[in-house]
Amino acid sequence: MSEIIRLRKGLDIKLQGVPSEEIVQLDSSETYALCPDSFTGIVPKVVVKENDNVLAGQALFVDKNVPQIKFVSPVSGQVLAINRGARRKVLSVVVKSDGKNESVKFPAKSVQSLSAKEILDSILEAGLFAFFRQRPYDVIANPNDTPREIFVSAFDSKPLAPCFEKVLEGRELEFQIGLSALSKIAHTNLGVCCCQKSPALTEAKNVDVYKFSGAHPAGNVGVQINHIKPVNKGDIVWTIAPQDVIMIGCLFNKGAVDFSRIITVAGSRISKPSYAKVIMGAQLSSIVTGSLALTQTEHTRVINGNVLTGAKAGLDDYLDVFANCVTAIPEGDDNNEFMGWIMPRFKMFSTSRASMGWLKGLFCKNGFDIDARVKGSERHMIMSGEYDKVFPMDIYPEYLVKAMITGNIDKMEAYGIYEVAPEDFALCEFVDSSKLELQRIVRESLDKLRAEMA
Amino acid sequence: MSLRNFLDKIKPDFEEGGKLHAFRSVYEGFESFLYVPNTTSKCGVNIHDGIDSKRIMIMVVIALCPALLFGMYNVGYQHFLLAGLDKSFWPMFWFGFLAVLPRIIVSYVVGLGIEFTVAQWKHEEIQEGFLVTGFIVPLIVPATCPLWILAIAVAFAVIFAKEIFGGTGMNFLNVALITRAFIFFAYPSVISGDQVWVVDHAICGLGTDAIDGCTAATVLGVASTQAAAPVFDMNMIWGLIPGSVGETSIIAIALGALLLLYTGIASWKTMLSVFVGGALVALLYNKCGPDNAMAAMPWWQHLVVGGFAFGAVFMATDPVTSARTETGKYIYGFLIGAMAITIRVMNPGYPEGMMLAILLMNCFAPLIDYCVVQRNVKKRANRVING
Repeated sequence: MSEIIRLRKGLDIKLQGVPSEEIVQLDSSETYALCPDSFTGIVPKVVVKENDNVLAGQALFVDKNVPQIKFVSPVSGQVLAINRGARRKVLSVVVKSDGKNESVKFPAKSVQSLSAKEILDSILEAGLFAFFRQRPYDVIANPNDTPREIFVSAFDSKPLAPCFEKVLEGRELEFQIGLSALSKIAHTNLGVCCCQKSPALTEAKNVDVYKFSGAHPAGNVGVQINHIKPVNKGDIVWTIAPQDVIMIGCLFNKGAVDFSRIITVAGSRISKPSYAKVIMGAQLSSIVTGSLALTQTEHTRVINGNVLTGAKAGLDDYLDVFANCVTAIPEGDDNNEFMGWIMPRFKMFSTSRASMGWLKGLFCKNGFDIDARVKGSERHMIMSGEYDKVFPMDIYPEYLVKAMITGNIDKMEAYGIYEVAPEDFALCEFVDSSKLELQRIVRESLDKLRAEMA
Repeated sequence: MSLRNFLDKIKPDFEEGGKLHAFRSVYEGFESFLYVPNTTSKCGVNIHDGIDSKRIMIMVVIALCPALLFGMYNVGYQHFLLAGLDKSFWPMFWFGFLAVLPRIIVSYVVGLGIEFTVAQWKHEEIQEGFLVTGFIVPLIVPATCPLWILAIAVAFAVIFAKEIFGGTGMNFLNVALITRAFIFFAYPSVISGDQVWVVDHAICGLGTDAIDGCTAATVLGVASTQAAAPVFDMNMIWGLIPGSVGETSIIAIALGALLLLYTGIASWKTMLSVFVGGALVALLYNKCGPDNAMAAMPWWQHLVVGGFAFGAVFMATDPVTSARTETGKYIYGFLIGAMAITIRVMNPGYPEGMMLAILLMNCFAPLIDYCVVQRNVKKRANRVING
């Protein structure tokens, strides 16, 4: 066990609607869908037709450039629709569940006896490689690359995200098998929070365990990589979420993939926020229901994911495969705040002491009910040092963003674009008084750079 | 919500094709001034911090208020003192108020007029940066500054120091200081010497026209022309000395500084290092400087006279034109303090070194930042070489 890596920069946004410890068992959704847009950087090629019968684990589409990467159905049933948008872009492949949840069977294998190639082939065959992302560019990894290392962050520090120790209960063995499998592919590092006590995490075998302490974004894998061993130009590292490591473990342990996830359904507009067990790709209306229903449907924003990186969604949308939480907050579009630039704003969260919200943070432990208003208009970058306070990486975020805005690739490289992902800039975007859309800027720049380098 | 309804009702007139479309930027400016726009986030984060640039600018304006109010009083006080009149507080304040108010109005009307026009022309929103600039300008010129000169100077500064670079956030020189520098170099007689610091005529029946030989030099003016520096007295702290409207009272400036530091809007690193730089260099001149009154003036007295404190608190900390890296702020601030004292001591022709020091360092701020960021870049490059 190495020393604790303490991060002094960051920000924990305390939101209302913290999930209770209970795990709600939800009825299964009628339909499930996989959206190619969730898998950044791939070109989907649909390999099923409408009305085809599929099993859980059977490919719905593959990557046109690297066809070994399969994107598989999370449930068994019938392909209901292949939705396409402008220029026939595939928006989603919808599967109507038959309720049996039959899955493709694989032989259970002992990880110890397998070579790296055999493990990778098994993961590819089971359709689990789609959950590996790579730095640079924060896109779906390429199995033909040799990664320098693999990084797993065992905690999510974003607002209202599930506690991974709770998710892990009873699945410790599969998590360890998953880690062992990863360690065969490449040297694997596990980042844990200093408050996590589960031996499955702190004493995980075949991996290097690093302990982190500090506010969000300490749980972001990009921040952890930056502190463990930063990505240099030419390096490729893979990252994978801890719940997906469990899926890999399950594949080798039981010979079948379990596509269920434990997510949080939380936020001030959820009647009884708690954990829920769902199958990925479920329709949100099947999740936000019963005790997890919305308290109010009008002027409410349902978010497919967490408040920082998730996307605004409707109840007829489908749970993003990478999302580990569904959040509902007030939209705020019915709120006409009079002379907000001078009002004391006792109830509004702000990192700045120019408003009085910090008083509430001091005395009231319930957290804040933050709505989705931008609360200002976009400006050029005016204040300095705002991003630095919430960006615990050895990078000058302001300068990197300026290089991105001006499209200067040499400077982007020099300032460390290979080390970042849009999620690393989420807090910067939150605190930014100039209200720049930083995550969009970063995503577009990464895409542009990737296209240039191809 | 009748005001809201009214705004919604007249909004179509200002939109594309509406009969008042030429005033769209004005409408938007006032609408967002009255109500926080309730647009919600479209992409990226779903929640945002409550802070925005409007609130930041207003905080700076509030921080400037003590200096302005005291400055108004002091304008009256200096006039009544020189005229030998004995008056109570309010007549002196009203005199100063009436002397300064036209300068505030001219500064805002000219500056905001240009801002509105440019915003309309570029189809952009009005940016609130001039709220602060327009407030600072009347505070850093004498209360006697002719309005037409002020108007030309503000127009020059807003157009050539800000708008041509792209507006608030893109300028590299402090706009208020460019206004002052424009007057300083184009019309030196209205901003230097010993004739300009006290209003020499009655305003609306207050004060008197009968002031003979109106001379009242600033402390720095005296120090630059005479062999010995003026002896320190507490009025230099309270601010009851001749000078530009807002720069005289250390107490009023300190109140503003407290608000800026408490809210975190101004960087304590910049502010502190300006004072440290000024103090150290002044101390150096005290010990081994040239043989003149400026060099002999005690180091702590340098910090409280002239525009040093005002510049350190309100102008050096301007986030747009100052260094933007945290390390850079120390260097930038220190060099401003050092340069200001050096200009005062070495060049008696420019007794007020602060303006030139800040403008000079504005030019060097990007270089300072470049060096700081380049260290990070080198570290990254070495990582690749060393593996």
